[in-house]
Amino acid sequence: MKPLYAALLGAASLVAVSQASAQTTLTIATVNNGDMVRMQGLTDDFTKKNPDINVKWVTLEENVLRQRVTTDIATKGGQFDVLTIGTYEIPIWAKQSWLVPLDKLPADYDVNDILPKIRAAVSYKDTLYAAPFYGESSMTMYRKDLFEKAGLTMPEQPTWDFIFDAAKKITDKSTETYGICLRGKAGWGENMAFLTAMSNSYGARWFDEKWQPQFNTPEWKATLTDYVKVMKEAGPPGASSNGFNENLALFDAGKCGIWIDATVAASFISDPKQSKVADKVGFAPAPTKGLGKTAAWLWAWNLAIPAGSKKVDAAEKFIAWATSKDYLKLVADKEGWANVPPGTRTSLYNNPEYQKAAPFAAQTLQAINSADPDHPTVKPVPYTGVQYAAIPEFQGIGTTVGQQFSAALSGSKSVDAALEAAQASTEREMKRSGYPK
Amino acid sequence: MATRQTHMLGRILIAPSVLLLFIWMIVPLVMTIYFSVLHYDLLNPGVHDFIGFENYYYFLTDPAFLASLKNTLVLVGSVLIITVVLGTLVALLMDQPVIGRNFVRLMVIAPFFVMPTVSALVWKNLLMHPVSGFFAWIATSLGFRPIDWFAQAPLFSIILIVAWQWLPFATLILLTALQSLDEEQKEAAEMDGAHAFSTFFYITLPHLARPITVVILIETIFLLSVFAEIFVTTGGGPGLQTTNIAFLIYSQALIQYDVGGASAGGLVAVVIANIVAIILVRLVGKNLET
Amino acid sequence: MARKRTTTRIVVSTVSAWVVGFIFFFPILWMILTSFKTELDAFSIPPKFLFFHWTTENYATVQERSNYVHHALNSVILAGGSTLIALLIAVPAAYAMAFSPTKRTRGTLMWMLSTKMMPPVGVLVPIYLLFRDFNLLDSRIGLIAVLCLGNLPIVIWMLFTYFKEIPKDILEAARMDGATIGKEMVYILMPMAVPGIASTLLLNVILAWNEAFWTLNLTTSTAAPLTVFIASYSSPEGLFWAKLSAASTLAIAPILIIGWFSQKQLVRGLTFGAVK
Repeated sequence: MKPLYAALLGAASLVAVSQASAQTTLTIATVNNGDMVRMQGLTDDFTKKNPDINVKWVTLEENVLRQRVTTDIATKGGQFDVLTIGTYEIPIWAKQSWLVPLDKLPADYDVNDILPKIRAAVSYKDTLYAAPFYGESSMTMYRKDLFEKAGLTMPEQPTWDFIFDAAKKITDKSTETYGICLRGKAGWGENMAFLTAMSNSYGARWFDEKWQPQFNTPEWKATLTDYVKVMKEAGPPGASSNGFNENLALFDAGKCGIWIDATVAASFISDPKQSKVADKVGFAPAPTKGLGKTAAWLWAWNLAIPAGSKKVDAAEKFIAWATSKDYLKLVADKEGWANVPPGTRTSLYNNPEYQKAAPFAAQTLQAINSADPDHPTVKPVPYTGVQYAAIPEFQGIGTTVGQQFSAALSGSKSVDAALEAAQASTEREMKRSGYPK
Repeated sequence: MATRQTHMLGRILIAPSVLLLFIWMIVPLVMTIYFSVLHYDLLNPGVHDFIGFENYYYFLTDPAFLASLKNTLVLVGSVLIITVVLGTLVALLMDQPVIGRNFVRLMVIAPFFVMPTVSALVWKNLLMHPVSGFFAWIATSLGFRPIDWFAQAPLFSIILIVAWQWLPFATLILLTALQSLDEEQKEAAEMDGAHAFSTFFYITLPHLARPITVVILIETIFLLSVFAEIFVTTGGGPGLQTTNIAFLIYSQALIQYDVGGASAGGLVAVVIANIVAIILVRLVGKNLET
Repeated sequence: MARKRTTTRIVVSTVSAWVVGFIFFFPILWMILTSFKTELDAFSIPPKFLFFHWTTENYATVQERSNYVHHALNSVILAGGSTLIALLIAVPAAYAMAFSPTKRTRGTLMWMLSTKMMPPVGVLVPIYLLFRDFNLLDSRIGLIAVLCLGNLPIVIWMLFTYFKEIPKDILEAARMDGATIGKEMVYILMPMAVPGIASTLLLNVILAWNEAFWTLNLTTSTAAPLTVFIASYSSPEGLFWAKLSAASTLAIAPILIIGWFSQKQLVRGLTFGAVK
């Protein structure tokens, strides 16, 4: 939006000038991440193709957006026509019939082009309830120069033992170079996303088949012990309040040797405009413990339509536009292939231009394909979701457990005490919610 | 002259505000009381079973409850002490002959205008960050190890941020109070050979009693519900070290989406707030009587 | 002059006052400086003070991405509207409490203040449901009502403290002369209470301006003020310090300027009641 036009629009809406009645106005709620901001900037292309539709954007930070959208949909407030939601919400909300199934997408949308794992994640009972806007997994990012200096080579598939060892070797506290940066800030989408994915590779699980919490198992103890140990020896100070962004800033500033986090980080750390180490980064899969699972997670931000919306047709048109192949092409034309939203379509990864512009493409695709939300753990579990359990209670218990684990990291609690407290609080909450159901 | 007529009139004049506040309070309150005895999960809206006092039971027996009660009191108390004591000192300093006092006052009042979310983000990332923050830079430049603020002293870090926001408020009120203090009185005291200290304790401090009360009362109302600073910096952790009542209720309402539990928690918080208010009025309320 | 005001004393107090003032202001100054840095410079170690590549690109980005004027106007309307309405309701109430107090006055006052102590998040769902049913979601009127009621207790309480300081004799003299209650309020009470009213007004404008719970949760776009504007720059994936600093500088600029111009009023009124 041009500033002047924007100002006029603001002034116009203040005096409540009613628009021509044939116009449909879509209110779209979205996250303030870079890819969505870019989509907002390209709105003109959509409104040019659909002159009878206006678009109003509500762009908010993730946590605020989630609470806004959830409150609204659960109370049927009807404030939004298109929602941006995560893979966590989709099965839960679809089960409540809160979302409109996307079964009328145009033929050229090519649903079969969506990456199978992502498609599974946005479907409930084989029906598509949201369209993926961008998808991510997690992987190991590391500094090639530091590895070389320490005489290390990153294997095709690193193991945790290798990572711990390498982290210790790289660490040089006198130059503020820390071997490994991992999430530590409490939150179900912060440290618990990482730790849950890590625990999967250690053979741990959140619940057994009877919904019994499993924090008293040796697998969880091994996970948390190793995590706390390596972070103490080779992690940066302040790790217990580091989330994705804090680690990104550290890595960009050249303070981290290894960082295991979301694949979208790859495009940030290889962008010379914001990263000091853009030309020195390497990528590898998320580590494994040799039990058949890696620590790769699966996440996507998706567009969906709330049930009860009176503008379903227009909303569907918008979703088809924003998640289409043409949209990828549009972004590529305007901003280059490296900036297209990743992780949703097979055709993108087959595109040689994209492969050239995004050196991390192959690694990202492999990571996404290696995550399995339907069978996330070594032992069987009653839930779906890799770095979360897709039950409504998870946000609450995940955050409480996350607080305990961040206390273990900061050293204010022992690993055993933290696990014990996590087990107790989860048991309590599950009992209260009436599990096993 | 309290005639019946003026009393009538008084009632009519108070009526609109009392009525509005009453509605504002009673409608949500009744709904909240009602929700607090239901199993009302926002993500599972079909089921609204009556469960009696179970929500209260779970809230009050939650290990986080006692911790958060303690944290709330520590937070409110520490910020009050810091802002009143430092506020008095800064006000005394600015009451001295200072060149460019108006400009200094501008700098001092500024933090009060900053939104809590913004000040928390600025403090956490630009100042207190243990690697790239400004304080860490000072520490390393002087040859010390930087403090890992949010891990080593999480609650204190939050207290510091909140105190920074409220210190200007206290300072300005106290400064104006000082400036209204009768100059002759002070000078007379000094002529009598009174030391600076005894002037302060016998003349200045009693004079400040009333403005200090105002500061305490207004600040307490806002400090009981400090939230953004915690949410942005530590998310209530590590462990429960920075979870206060407001954050605990937030996590029930908007992380667990447990409306029943949050309603029960909200009512408990009101009771606590009222207890604090009664204690405060007992302690400092006599300064308000005239 | 009875007291010795030596040069040394002036120098010492001036220097220390400036140092203290600078410490208070430093985080804001740092934020403003950061808003002119590139994202990379914003995080560089050692920190760059003045010798960095000054850029206004963050402001350009913010300008391009959001409708600042729209949000700022909403903030003005919400903060101003809610405060004015609160004053209209509160002045008569505070007047009555101050000039014909009853046994229940103190109790009523404390009760009013206690309504302020309910953590807002505890009543979010009830309020959201009410707003939905009355079609008030994302409306300025609804938000003005919430903000006004939220601050009303403080407004009444502050006004009450000022009014109490006004000598009753003056009013009674006026009444003897045959002034009606209305005239009494407009011609006698008002002029004396103006400083108090002005500072109450300012304090509440600041509080309403910075209110970030209801304004975030009850609006989408039409009624969204600057707090929502900030929320669209805080904590995205990726580096955001410089852009957030720019957005924050824009968001606090109006209130900072209003506050700076009116701080004398603010302070004078605040202490009129507070200082005996």
